[in-house]
Amino acid sequence: MTKILAVDDSNSLRQMVVFTLKQSGYDVVEARNGTEGLQKAKAGQVDLVLTDVNMPEMDGITLVRELRALPSYKFTPILVLTTEAGTDKKQEGRAAGATGWLVKPFSPDQLIATVKRVLG
Amino acid sequence: MSIDISQFIQTFLEESFEGLDTMESLLLTLSADDSESIDAIFRAAHSIKGGAGTFGFGEVAHFTHGVETLLDEARAGRRLVSPEMVTLLLASVDCVRSMLVAARDGTTLDRARVAAIGRDIETSLKSGVGDQATSDQFAKSSAENTSRQPSAERNGWRIVFIPEVNVMRSGNDPLRLLQALEEFGEIKVTCHTAGLPSFDDLNPEECYLAWEILLEADTTRDSIAEVFEWVDGQCELTIEPLSEFTETMPQENSKLHAHLDVPEEGPGSTIQDSAIVEKVAPTANRNRGDSGSIRVNTDKIDALINMVGELVITQSMLGQLGLKLQSGTNEQCIEGLLEGLAQLERNTRELQENVMSIRMLPISFAFNRFPRMIHDLSESLGKQLKLKLTGEQTELDKNVLEKITDPLVHLVRNAVDHGIETPDVRVTAGKPAVGTVHLNAYHKGGNIVIEISDDGAGLNKARILAKAVERGLVPAGQALTDEQINDLIFAAGFSTADAVSDLSGRGVGMDVVRRNIKALGGSVEILSREGHGSSFIIRLPLTLSIMDGQLIEVANQSYVIPLISIVESLQVQQDSVKSVAGRGMVYRLRDEYIPVLFMQELLGTYIGNSKQLTDSLLVVVETEGQRAALVVDDLLGQQQVVIKALETNFKKVAGLSGATILGDGTVALILDVSGIISLSRHNLGLTRSIRTEEIKAA
Repeated sequence: MTKILAVDDSNSLRQMVVFTLKQSGYDVVEARNGTEGLQKAKAGQVDLVLTDVNMPEMDGITLVRELRALPSYKFTPILVLTTEAGTDKKQEGRAAGATGWLVKPFSPDQLIATVKRVLG
Repeated sequence: MSIDISQFIQTFLEESFEGLDTMESLLLTLSADDSESIDAIFRAAHSIKGGAGTFGFGEVAHFTHGVETLLDEARAGRRLVSPEMVTLLLASVDCVRSMLVAARDGTTLDRARVAAIGRDIETSLKSGVGDQATSDQFAKSSAENTSRQPSAERNGWRIVFIPEVNVMRSGNDPLRLLQALEEFGEIKVTCHTAGLPSFDDLNPEECYLAWEILLEADTTRDSIAEVFEWVDGQCELTIEPLSEFTETMPQENSKLHAHLDVPEEGPGSTIQDSAIVEKVAPTANRNRGDSGSIRVNTDKIDALINMVGELVITQSMLGQLGLKLQSGTNEQCIEGLLEGLAQLERNTRELQENVMSIRMLPISFAFNRFPRMIHDLSESLGKQLKLKLTGEQTELDKNVLEKITDPLVHLVRNAVDHGIETPDVRVTAGKPAVGTVHLNAYHKGGNIVIEISDDGAGLNKARILAKAVERGLVPAGQALTDEQINDLIFAAGFSTADAVSDLSGRGVGMDVVRRNIKALGGSVEILSREGHGSSFIIRLPLTLSIMDGQLIEVANQSYVIPLISIVESLQVQQDSVKSVAGRGMVYRLRDEYIPVLFMQELLGTYIGNSKQLTDSLLVVVETEGQRAALVVDDLLGQQQVVIKALETNFKKVAGLSGATILGDGTVALILDVSGIISLSRHNLGLTRSIRTEEIKAA
C-alpha cells in the first residue's frame, strides 16, 4: 500500500488531509512538526511526503532539506503545502529539494489530483 | 470522490480559538525584540488563514491575511512592533474571534467594526516600512485567477521538454509529467536519446533524455505550463501552438537532437506563478454551534481503552464462573467468584476515575482571559495594573470550570474597579503605582480553592455599613463583626460604586456571584484589610456528580458523610467529654476542644437512649475551618456515591446536600457538613438540655 507522510501543525488541516488520503486508499502517517516528521520518515520509508511550511520545532523547508540528505529519501517526492502565493516559499522549497507544492487553500479533490500526479 | 470537509470545521474552530488565545496572550507580553513570540503569533495567524480558506471561511481568510502580512513584516524585521501595532493586532484578534463565533453560532457580526479594523490594517500596511507588494498579493492573485480564462488558441500544442540532468533529485519524475499531459488529450511523444552517455559514464540517478510532445487538445498554454510548474528552472521548455509548427522544420529537430534547442523565450518564462486560490464552496450547514466538545490528552484515552480491556477480561472470567456454578456449587467456585467481584470493583473504580479525569481541565482555560481583560481595564480606567497568575494547571471539572468563569470575571473586575486605586492615590499611600491582582488556584482536600487578591484599598467597612443601613439591609446602630460587614456586599441590591461605570452597574451584583458559587456547592469568603487590599477565596468541589462517602447509621437510618470533610472517627473516651456552660458539649481531641453534635436530635430522629454516649462513635468533621464531632450510632463503610439532588425530586432540606441510592436499593441522605454545623447553632439549647441529663446518668 502506498504510504504517505502528512506533516502539519494545524489539527484541522492535518485531519482533513489524512482523512482525504485514507478515503482514497492510501496508508497515512501523521506528524505535527518537522522534528516529528523526520523521526517518522526515518522510522519507516514512505512513498510521498506532504509538509506544511510554518511549523513549530522544525519548519517544513528544514524538513525537506533533512529528508533529502537521507539516502532513502533522495528521490522520494516531497510536496510543500504553502499558503504563500508569492514565489519566495516555492523557490525556497525547491532549493531545499522539494518536488513541488500545493497552495492552500486546497480542496480534497485538488489534494488527491496532486498526489495522483506525483505517485501516478 | 467527494469528501465532506464540514466534519473538520469543529476542529478548525477549536484550534482557531486556541490560536487566537495564544496570539492574544503573547501579544500582551510582547516586547519588540522577542522574535520567538512574534514567530509564534505569526504561525497562529498563518494557520487560521490557511484553515479558514480551506474550510470556506473566505472572509476570515481575507481578514487574517492582512494581519499575517503585518506580522510577517515584523518577523522579517521590516516593521517595528509598536504599542499601537499591538493594540491593532489585539483588536484584529477580537475581530477574527467574533467572525468565527458569528459563523459558528449564526449570530450577527458587527461588520462595521470588522471593516474599520480591516481598514486600519490596510492603512498600517501602506504606511509601514513593509513592502506593499505582499499586502496586495492576496487580492491580486485571486483577481488573476478569476480573470484567467481559457484562451482562444485551439487545435493543440507542441511541447519541447529538455530537463536538466539532476531533475530527479527533486523527486520529480519526467514520466509523471508526460502522464499529466495525457490527461488533456491525445499525445504523441518522441523521446530524444542523443544526450545519453556511454554506459560506463551513465549515472542511473541522472536524466539524459529529452522529449518532444505533440498534444492534440483544446487547452490553454497556462494549463500546460502548470504541469511543468514544479520543474520550472530545472528544464528548458517550449510550448507553441501546433498551428505555428509544421513537422517539416528539420533544423529545429536537429537542434533538439543535440540538446541545443534554446527556445527564444528564456527557460521558464512561459511558466507563470499560478496560485491556486480557488474558493472552496462554503458548507451548507456551518451553523452547527458548539456541540460541547472537549480536548482530551491521548494518554487519558489510552488508559481508558486499557481499562475497558481489563473489564472485558473480568466479565468473561465471571461469566465462566457463572456457568460452573450452574452445574453445582463448590467452595473453589465461590472463592473465585469473590475474587472476580473484587477485581470487577477495582476495574469499575479505575474506569470511573479515568472517565472523570477526562472531564478535568486546567483552570488556565478560565484564567487565560484575564491578561487581556487587565490590559484593557488598565487602559480604560487609567490605572496601572499587573496580573499575577499561579496554579494555572490546577484541574477541575469542565462543568464547574464553565460555571465559575463568570463569577471570576466579576470578581476580577471588582478588584480592579473598586479595589485598585489610581496611581497617584497609591503613591500618596506609599504603595507602588502599579497595582497587582493575583489569581491563584490550588487543591486543598477534595476541593479546589481559587483566590482573587488585590493590593488595593481594601473594603471600606464604614461605607459598607452606612450603605447597608441606607438600603435597609441592617437596622441602624446594630453592632456587626468585621466578617458580617464584609458579608454585606453579597446582599442583594448592594452597590457602593460612586458612579455607575462601564464595569460595575451591569445589573450583576455580588449576590449573583455568591449564588452562582453556592449553586456549584462552593463557598466564597472575604479577607480584607483596609488600605492593604482584599482577597476573595472561593472553594469549589472538584466535580459535581460523584463523591467518596462514609456511610453512617443514625437511628436505624443510613446517611452519607462526604469523606473529604472527615478528619477522623473514634470511640468516645468518657473523660474527654466536657460540658461547657452555654456552649453545649465539647470533646477534647488531643489539645483541641471540638463541639459535640448529637446526630439523632439534629436530624429529628431521636429514638431515645438507645446507646450510652460511651458506646457511641464520634466522627470528627471539618469544613471551612470549623470542626465538629458528630455522634453517630454506627459506621457502616466507605463507598463512592452518585449524588442526586434533593431539590429536583423533593425540596431543599437544611443540613442535607442530596441523596444517593445504595447497592441494596435503599435511599441514603447525604449530610451537608457545614449545614449541620450551622443547624446545630440553632438547636444548641435543645441539644444541651437533653444530653446533659444523659451524660450525668452515664
